[in-house]
Amino acid sequence: MSGGLYSMDAKDFDKTLDLTKVKPYGDTMNDGKVQLSFTLPVPTGAEAVEAAKQLIKKMGLENPLVVYYRELTPGYTFFNCYGQCTHTVDFTSIYVPKVESTVMEMKETDEYIRQNIGRKLVVVGASTGTDAHTVGIDAIMNMKGYAGHYGIERYDMFEAYNLGSQVPNEEFLAKAIELHADALLVSQTVTQKDVHIQNLTQLVELMEAEGLRDKMILVCGGPRISHELAKELGYDAGFGAGTYADDVASYVAQEFVNRANTKK
Amino acid sequence: MTQKSKLGLDFGKVEKARSLARGIAQEVQSFVESRTTVAVERTLARLLGIDGVDANGVPLPNVVVDHLKAQGLLNQGTVFCMGNAMIQTGKSAQEIAEAIAEGKLDLKKLPVAGKKQIEEALQPIVNASVERIRARRARREQYLNTIGEGPKPYLYIIVATGNIYEDVIQAEAGARQGADVIAVIRTTGQSLLDYVPYGATTEGFGGTYATQENFRIMRAALDKVGEEVGRYIRLCNYCSGLCMPEIAIMGAFEGLDVMLNDALYGILFRDINMQRTLIDQYFSRVINGFAGVIINTGEDNYLTTADAVEAAHTVLASDIINEQLALLAGLPEEQMGLGHAFEMDPMLENGFLYELAQAEMTREIFPKATLKYMPPTKFMTGNIFRGHIQDALFNMIGIWTHQGIQLLGMPTEAIHTPFMSDRYLSIENARYIFNNMRNIGDEMEFAQDGICRKRAAEVLDKAVELLEELTKEGLFNALEKGKFADVKRPKNGGKGLDGVCDKGENYMNPFINLMKGKK
Repeated sequence: MSGGLYSMDAKDFDKTLDLTKVKPYGDTMNDGKVQLSFTLPVPTGAEAVEAAKQLIKKMGLENPLVVYYRELTPGYTFFNCYGQCTHTVDFTSIYVPKVESTVMEMKETDEYIRQNIGRKLVVVGASTGTDAHTVGIDAIMNMKGYAGHYGIERYDMFEAYNLGSQVPNEEFLAKAIELHADALLVSQTVTQKDVHIQNLTQLVELMEAEGLRDKMILVCGGPRISHELAKELGYDAGFGAGTYADDVASYVAQEFVNRANTKK
Repeated sequence: MTQKSKLGLDFGKVEKARSLARGIAQEVQSFVESRTTVAVERTLARLLGIDGVDANGVPLPNVVVDHLKAQGLLNQGTVFCMGNAMIQTGKSAQEIAEAIAEGKLDLKKLPVAGKKQIEEALQPIVNASVERIRARRARREQYLNTIGEGPKPYLYIIVATGNIYEDVIQAEAGARQGADVIAVIRTTGQSLLDYVPYGATTEGFGGTYATQENFRIMRAALDKVGEEVGRYIRLCNYCSGLCMPEIAIMGAFEGLDVMLNDALYGILFRDINMQRTLIDQYFSRVINGFAGVIINTGEDNYLTTADAVEAAHTVLASDIINEQLALLAGLPEEQMGLGHAFEMDPMLENGFLYELAQAEMTREIFPKATLKYMPPTKFMTGNIFRGHIQDALFNMIGIWTHQGIQLLGMPTEAIHTPFMSDRYLSIENARYIFNNMRNIGDEMEFAQDGICRKRAAEVLDKAVELLEELTKEGLFNALEKGKFADVKRPKNGGKGLDGVCDKGENYMNPFINLMKGKK
């Protein structure tokens, strides 16, 4: 039954990779090995371990193995576990919407704007709503940038305004109008209870009410933001974890040119 | 001072830095002393015994101070106006506040008694409030003398469920696992509320409302679990934002032990008006000093926006200024949880040595302070496995350099507010390292002309340079120019400026002298 580290169980499953039936990889193709940890609100003991195993099976994992458990406080037990996944996914049929632009470096983007637009693009950014975190918008906009990627303030061909954190949507939009913004960057770090969804949606509604939605490129970003979610909420693009000023700046420049071309 | 430095620090330079900072702090102080704010006045209302809310749920201290403001009496202050009203009506402060709330009383229409008469009439009430705080402080000391406390660095964890009753469960679990300090994170945006919500609360975003009732509930729970585990458990909250002194007084009444309390943080990261919050900070620090509360300053946050290697000296310079501002408020060094952080890019070669040098330097410059050491946040990536190791390196420096409060990093930083299990893993990490490396700092020395000594000397030199610059400019101008955290804030911008007012001729605040004089 137990499939531990030194298990001698025959590995009689098909070991060839089939992209239409992908499952997790531990150390052998299609072994389905998954590592997980969780806490159950039950006191520690044999019953707790059995509860964890049953739960793992219900998650679609065979040969559940509880390798470590400990009571965190009376009535709450923490588990480290392994299991073998019985489910597969068809990798060949997956479609994920992505931001469709070529990522360029700062100098390339500046040059691109000089060649194709011939003036500075005005970008206004903020961490909006109740969100007090500036880390996201700063990583994209600050002169210094983040992890070696210079922020938009350093670009020659962007006029960048970082309004900081906790900027109400109304104020954000008023400033955007005042500055004749070409693009708006909205950062959302706090996502508890989906507070970011309500806030992002409210901005789109405000812009639509003011008839501004088509006049500015609207972009959002944050650790829990995906391009797909952004599109769903009515944004032009969304940038998640692992994206930098380069990605955002390239996109804004190219999207601006695309729009100008379609208008012609 | 004949202090010996393991890093070969030039204490002459440290003394120079301190004397520059003293000048900067004194300039701020002379600005502060001739002014008051709505938050200070609400705090005084609470000190006179006003509490509760009106029919619309507005806290009565706000009702009273809004009334003073509307009637042009704010510059005379709550103490004078309420003291006068008590003489004229024969009612208690609470009854007067209720009458104002019901629209039955207009303080402007009352005859005015002499200042002396008012002072005398208020004396018993003032003394009772001060005694109430003193008794709370004695209660903590009694616990420390009987059940005792954990060794330093104190293990500091946060709870942030939004529901005070759920927070209690998490806090009890943390205490049983070894935590010494429980911080209840406030709900997103509370720092910008110009009032303190009332009563127990169960709904918050990313944290729980700081209310006096929530303080009381958590303090009672921690007393209980502290007795169970045989260790006093400290409670921490956030005395920052627009209600700085009000939160301080609620904490003093309810036995809080640690308070984030830093105007510079509010100015830079919450865009709170600098005049407002520096005035608020002074009174809040007087209260915290008197109540025996350890304050935490927020310099560590500078490194979340500025680079941790390049901006290290701004943290040190700000710590030295904060120390001087705190001394002016009568807050003893032992209660200063000056902040610094482990925030360098983990890919930096010898980054650990730079962090070690800075932490040791901070320890040596502030030998008595209960330094608050903050964990990596900026370079936590969602790779929880590497994150756990980053936290381990941070813990090694914490024990090595004898930090006061170790704010435990969580492997899941940057993902979610901690699970119960995240806290367990983090406490286990710290306890393992603190025990396994307990005396490493006593055993190891720093190589002559080595990386660490050079780093510390460089940071100190740059801090002195920055303080010289700040001395020429003054703190207000320096903040306008973005000298800290790369953030620029205008003197007349930000939130809360309309709550600032010059003190009038009848203004009085008898608590400051009482609290500063009678420790």
